Amino acid sequence: MPVSPDIRIQRGDFDISAEQATLSEGRADIGAVVSFTGLCRDENGRLEALELEHYPGMAESEIARIARTAIDRFGLVGLTAIHRYGLIRPGENIVLVIAAATHRKAAFDGAAFVMDFLKTDAPFWKKEHLKDGSDSGWVEAREADFSARGYWQ
Amino acid sequence: MTKLIYFAWVRERIGVAEEEISLPADVNDVAALLSFLKARGEGYEIALQEPEVIRVALDRVHAEHDAPLSGAREIALFPPMTGG
Repeated sequence: MPVSPDIRIQRGDFDISAEQATLSEGRADIGAVVSFTGLCRDENGRLEALELEHYPGMAESEIARIARTAIDRFGLVGLTAIHRYGLIRPGENIVLVIAAATHRKAAFDGAAFVMDFLKTDAPFWKKEHLKDGSDSGWVEAREADFSARGYWQ
Repeated sequence: MTKLIYFAWVRERIGVAEEEISLPADVNDVAALLSFLKARGEGYEIALQEPEVIRVALDRVHAEHDAPLSGAREIALFPPMTGG
């Protein structure tokens, strides 16, 4: 049976344990689950909040495309990806990727692959709001994020 | 008519989030679209002063600058992505 990824783009927070439980509920074929959570840093105390803008419709379809590629490439048996948008404060969750496989290597690789491509291909943009009241502008894309994708080519 | 959507600093510099425009027939690929838009006013000129950094999606699928527009109904322009 083809594995269908569970992709959600939402304003609210997510519960990592509940998502992992949902992914594996009633199944006995999963031997490994790897989850990655991306959080908002405070940038050494400077940051008040991040504002995440997204392209509704394409954000979902692009993460789904990346997820399906990962499922095929690593033989994943389950995949959940949740990305938040709106105002996110330091310490809060931004993104969750859970990859399930029969063995650990595929689960580790699947989660890493989805994150590496999500960073450069999923239409989200971060704007920084600083504690001193200023708006320091849009976060610039990092060269390291582009080179991380190269690992998978 | 083609729906154009702008995100992040491209949206802020152009000054509108989206608009519907009628594209001339010779604006047939992404690069031609970027030069056409750049000539539409000061905000566009500022937003698109370095067209090579602008990312474009045709009907919600990423496209290179040499890609034909192929009758796309919704074209989005945005900076490199910074999610995750």
